[in-house]
Amino acid sequence: MTRTPAQRSTVALKILMAVSGLIMVGYLLLHMYGNLKIFAGQEAFDEYAHHLRTFGEPMLPYEGLLWIVRVVLLGAILAHVYSAATLWKRNKRAAGYVGRKRYQSSRGAKGIQRSYASFTMRWGGVVVLLFVIYHLLHLTANVIHPGGASDSPYQRVVNGFEIWWVVLTYTIAMLAVGFHLWHGVWSALTTLGANHSATRNGSRLTPLAWVISGLITIGFLLPPWAILLGFVD
Amino acid sequence: MTVDLYATGDDIRDEAAPSGPIEKRWDEHRAHMNLVNPANRRKLNVIVVGTGLAGGSAAATLGEAGYNVKAFCYQDSPRRAHSIAAQGGINAAKNYRNDGDSIYRLFYDTVKGGDFRSRESNVYRLAQVSVNIIDQCVAQGVPFAREYGGLLDNRSFGGVQVSRTFYARGQTGQQLLIGAYQALERQIAAGTVEMNTRHEMLELIMVPDADGTERARGIVVRDMVTGEIETHTADAVVLASGGYGNVFFLSTNAMGCNVTATWRAHKKGAYFANPCYTQIHPTCIPVSGDYQSKLTLMSESLRNDGRIWVPKKGGDTRHARDIPEDERDYYLERIYPSFGNLVPRDIASRAAKYQCDDGKGVGPGGLGVYLDFADAIERLGRPAVEAKYGNLFDMYARITGEDPYTEPMRIYPAVHYTMGGLWVDYNLQSNLTGLFVTGEANFSDHGANRLGASALMQGLADGYFVLPYTIADYLSHAPYEAIGDDHPRVVEARKQVEDRIEKFMSIQGTRTVDSYHKELGQIMWDYCGMERTEEGLTKAIGLIRKLKDDFWVNVKVTGEAEELNQTLERAGRVADFFELGELMCIDALNRAESCGGHFRGESQTEDGEALRHDDQFAYVAAWEFGDQQPILHKEPLEYEYVEMKARSYK
Amino acid sequence: MKITVRIWRQKNADAKGTMETYGLDDVSEHMSFLEMLDVLNEQLTVEGKDPVAFDSDCREGICGMCGVVINGIPHGPEVTTTCQLHMRTFNDGDVIDIEPWRAGAFPVVKDLVVDRGAFDRIIQAGGFISAPTGSAPEANNLPVPKDDADHAFEAATCIGCGACVAACPNGSAMLFTAAKITHLGLLPQGQPERDSRVLGMVEQMDYEGFGGCTNIGECAAACPKGIPLDVISRLNRDLMGALAKP
Ligand SMILES: Cc1cc2nc3c(=O)[nH]c(=O)nc-3n(C[C@H](O)[C@H](O)[C@H](O)COP(=O)(O)OP(=O)(O)OC[C@H]3O[C@@H](n4cnc5c(N)ncnc54)[C@H](O)[C@@H]3O)c2cc1C
Ligand code: HEM
Ligand code: HEM
Ligand code: SF4
Ligand code: F3S
Ligand code: FES
Repeated sequence: MTRTPAQRSTVALKILMAVSGLIMVGYLLLHMYGNLKIFAGQEAFDEYAHHLRTFGEPMLPYEGLLWIVRVVLLGAILAHVYSAATLWKRNKRAAGYVGRKRYQSSRGAKGIQRSYASFTMRWGGVVVLLFVIYHLLHLTANVIHPGGASDSPYQRVVNGFEIWWVVLTYTIAMLAVGFHLWHGVWSALTTLGANHSATRNGSRLTPLAWVISGLITIGFLLPPWAILLGFVD
Repeated sequence: MTVDLYATGDDIRDEAAPSGPIEKRWDEHRAHMNLVNPANRRKLNVIVVGTGLAGGSAAATLGEAGYNVKAFCYQDSPRRAHSIAAQGGINAAKNYRNDGDSIYRLFYDTVKGGDFRSRESNVYRLAQVSVNIIDQCVAQGVPFAREYGGLLDNRSFGGVQVSRTFYARGQTGQQLLIGAYQALERQIAAGTVEMNTRHEMLELIMVPDADGTERARGIVVRDMVTGEIETHTADAVVLASGGYGNVFFLSTNAMGCNVTATWRAHKKGAYFANPCYTQIHPTCIPVSGDYQSKLTLMSESLRNDGRIWVPKKGGDTRHARDIPEDERDYYLERIYPSFGNLVPRDIASRAAKYQCDDGKGVGPGGLGVYLDFADAIERLGRPAVEAKYGNLFDMYARITGEDPYTEPMRIYPAVHYTMGGLWVDYNLQSNLTGLFVTGEANFSDHGANRLGASALMQGLADGYFVLPYTIADYLSHAPYEAIGDDHPRVVEARKQVEDRIEKFMSIQGTRTVDSYHKELGQIMWDYCGMERTEEGLTKAIGLIRKLKDDFWVNVKVTGEAEELNQTLERAGRVADFFELGELMCIDALNRAESCGGHFRGESQTEDGEALRHDDQFAYVAAWEFGDQQPILHKEPLEYEYVEMKARSYK
Repeated sequence: MKITVRIWRQKNADAKGTMETYGLDDVSEHMSFLEMLDVLNEQLTVEGKDPVAFDSDCREGICGMCGVVINGIPHGPEVTTTCQLHMRTFNDGDVIDIEPWRAGAFPVVKDLVVDRGAFDRIIQAGGFISAPTGSAPEANNLPVPKDDADHAFEAATCIGCGACVAACPNGSAMLFTAAKITHLGLLPQGQPERDSRVLGMVEQMDYEGFGGCTNIGECAAACPKGIPLDVISRLNRDLMGALAKP
């Protein structure tokens, strides 16, 4: 086994993961803001979707900004998943399992102070990934269209979310995202050196992570449920 | 009848001792020592047994200088040597307080503290280099306590009038050791030091050189993980293996502290000096039951504000708080009005013992006295007391389950430090050529009693600033002819070790090693502890011999020799403690005076204070190993600078 | 009180281990946890069985030699070292699970004894200040702000026991490594080697096979010396700083 230089160390990988994660968080915030326009009615929403595509013209081609965003996002996801997978593999080995258990005693299983979210980062992340694919096929690529296709993004969203199981899948996905960010935001900021607290739960970053993850989860869940419950049609 | 216990050989003197004005001696001596050309150092091998403050600092410094060093310790890392447990602090004559401290005053206090049983030249050198130690440690990043101005803080310690003690909260030893440890790890990385952890030295290898002089050339060690017996050879051997307080079983030492390294050397001819000088620390947490495995010290500083007392009438079973003032006996304040609770360690310890002997002791088995902070809390307020002693109070509460803020602490003396050790000359070389001894393992500079905060100083002085010069002088005549594993002396030493282990494994008796160790400890404590008498010591020797004989036919060592076997490790150590214990009693018997940590019941003033006999005993008792009986060699002590006086604390 | 212990027994590094159950009939609540094991070992020896191997030396919570996982938590239910844990923490009739530290970088040597040599090698990779003996300037020439000195001290109290690794679900040595980075990085004497130190120690930490930190915080919660979690953020800052330099 050769010595990996610090540039590719676990700590460096973790920094990459933090940055990519935060980029995605930033995107989500904007995305959520866009989604909430659904309440402003069809024109507003479609206008917004159209605006996204024509933004910056003629300096940028049609969908220029969007493509920039997409490229950045794709990069972020790839970097994030890559580092996640690499560390995941490594950490499993480092934990020194005997068979399928680390400690035979089951009594410490919950740890001393761990948050539930911290247990679900990896599988939760996978769920989010699967969702994103499904979601892109649904609302971006317009490949699958439960409730009927349409050229109007607004229609697509509304059609989709009038079906209970679509809302259900999105709800599950949003909870997964919420959990992921509950620990993720704290973790990212700490990885980037922002923690000045002696304990995990005493840190000012912890409530901040709560707010951001809560905001994103609820903000994203409002439109689907509003539609399902018929406040938006 | 004492005659046949030991024989008396001729007097010895320290051939390396310097002369001239005391403040110039070390510099002069150094100026006339040979140096080793840096290019040749790589070819010179040094073995260092022990990586505590004394050994770690020496190994790091020698490695840095370019010698080829092999270091050994029995723990899994050099960072765990028992130096780590030192709480109080380390002395240095920096005079940062501008309170009239000086090298001379530190020298004077240490000689007086040692009750005039140490060498002036050595102690003066110790005081001289003390200042370099602090500089060195600070440069390494040792986080000493500091004042708001950012400069180093000092406290006064061990009943001296000046503030010369440097400290790092309650963990001075740990921080100093980590400093030395990091310097050592740096050399290990540089490849100049080869570190062997979990390796225990079990034998010394002496080999005659071309013109017949016997030289210490190597050691036999056991790899404590595989059980493999290894031999290592070099041009010089340094022993820095610490103190032997564990001969008492219960002490403030670590579980693994042992005499084996030095005792093996003793049996190969090295003189063992003043074995009976043991320091008993007054403020330790009392024994709570027969399962007790060690005793925990609580810093002396507690005596600054705590008041020590016992109930006036014996067997008083009332709760401490229910005993009214006028039925309490603050005996130290009564007997020593001027020093009160701050009398030196040996006096405070003995006073506590007497109270308990009179049946006034408190707590389990009546072995304890109260250390009461009620007045201090009333006077200074609880927050102030907490700020000062918080961590110590917590430690006490954790161990005893009692709250020292609401009820008085119970304390009792415990064995803490051993002033005796292998005899060395001014160059720290034993009477065996090429065998150097540093730190608590040598008989050192503390005489009959060690002042607080001076052992850390001595360990680091030896390792950083003395040995590196004196061993270079010795190595300037090296390298000596290489010796292979097949050299008869190497083979012989290895066989001695293997036979001994073989013997342990084959006895398969019925008694556990620990049960023997506990019984030995009890004998030592009862008869060779705080007060010794001819009658008691003679009795003890008989008891020890009986117990030792039984050990060799009835001890049970489980498991196998070729594996990690902690029972086997302990058996080897206890076997050596038996022999050491006997020698301690013999030394104590011979020294029919009271001095420092050694109190002979027969030698006290009418009001029960220690009575020295400088006319007969102003010498170092250096014992040579003999098959029938040990042989006593006396090294007379002369005092040119400090006038011998009786200590008085009334 | 009566206590039942379930202890991990493993003859040597290569052997396969299992949990064995033993009973102790009269355990005093004043016993330390390790004294309870001493009593068990005396019992086993008399019965001619192999006593349980476990590490300990100072038995006053300072050397870092001791340490076992008790009921799934390193050093057990109280925030202290195993040797300073006392039986009064437990109740009559309790069943106590005792296991060695678990980490890829801490192979089991025997029973409850593990090899922590990786920690020493991390220190070798930069956990020091190069100050050759004799080269030191007068100690008070370089004042250190009390705050820095106190924080450096706080980080320097790490005893190298390894509980942080045993507690970390990723078997990461970040708290241990970051404590040293913090101790030396806060002192003026530590500045010249600050970059090389963090680079070297992080590389060695990975090389030894420790996991990456995902900021779970179990390490600091289990640390008997209360090493604060923010030392990890400090290490990350130092590493970013060092990597940023050409
Ligand atoms: C609880 C306590 C508190 C103290 N407080 C103070 C204080 O405040 N101030 C002060 O000045 N002094 C104090 N002392 C005394 C001082 O700490 C010690 O005397 C000093 O640290 C001894 O250092 P050393 O290097 O000689 O030995 P140690 O630090 O004990 O090192 C011994 C080394 O030898 C090794 N070793 C031993 N036997 C073998 C063997 N057979 N084979 C291989 N290796 C072996 C060990 O592994 C270890 O590395 C205190 C002592 C105790 C016990
Ligand atoms: C695509 C699949 C994903 C996987 C497999 C995944 C996995 C992980 C893993 C294993 C971690 C490290 C756990 C930890 O640090 O505690 C992590 C951290 C993080 N994830 Fe994800 N994640 C994914 C998607 C996302 C998405 C979509 C976002 C943003 C919306 C995100 C944001 C974060 C953040 C902010 C962190 C913290 C980074 C750090 O700790 O340094 N992740 N993720
Ligand atoms: C209820 C929740 C959500 C709704 C209603 C929603 C809605 C939409 C819509 C309508 C689009 C198409 C926008 C357009 O093409 O103009 C879109 C695109 C997208 N959404 Fe969502 N989204 C939701 C949640 C999420 C989440 C949680 C993520 C990420 C974890 C996400 C990631 C994306 C991405 C990456 C795109 C593609 C953007 C692009 O075209 O480049 N969405 N979403
Ligand atoms: S950081 Fe704490 S838990 Fe980890 S080794 Fe140091 S003292 Fe032990
Ligand atoms: S528990 Fe492990 S994940 Fe990091 S914060 Fe502590 S090292
Ligand atoms: S034995 Fe030293 S810390 Fe527990």
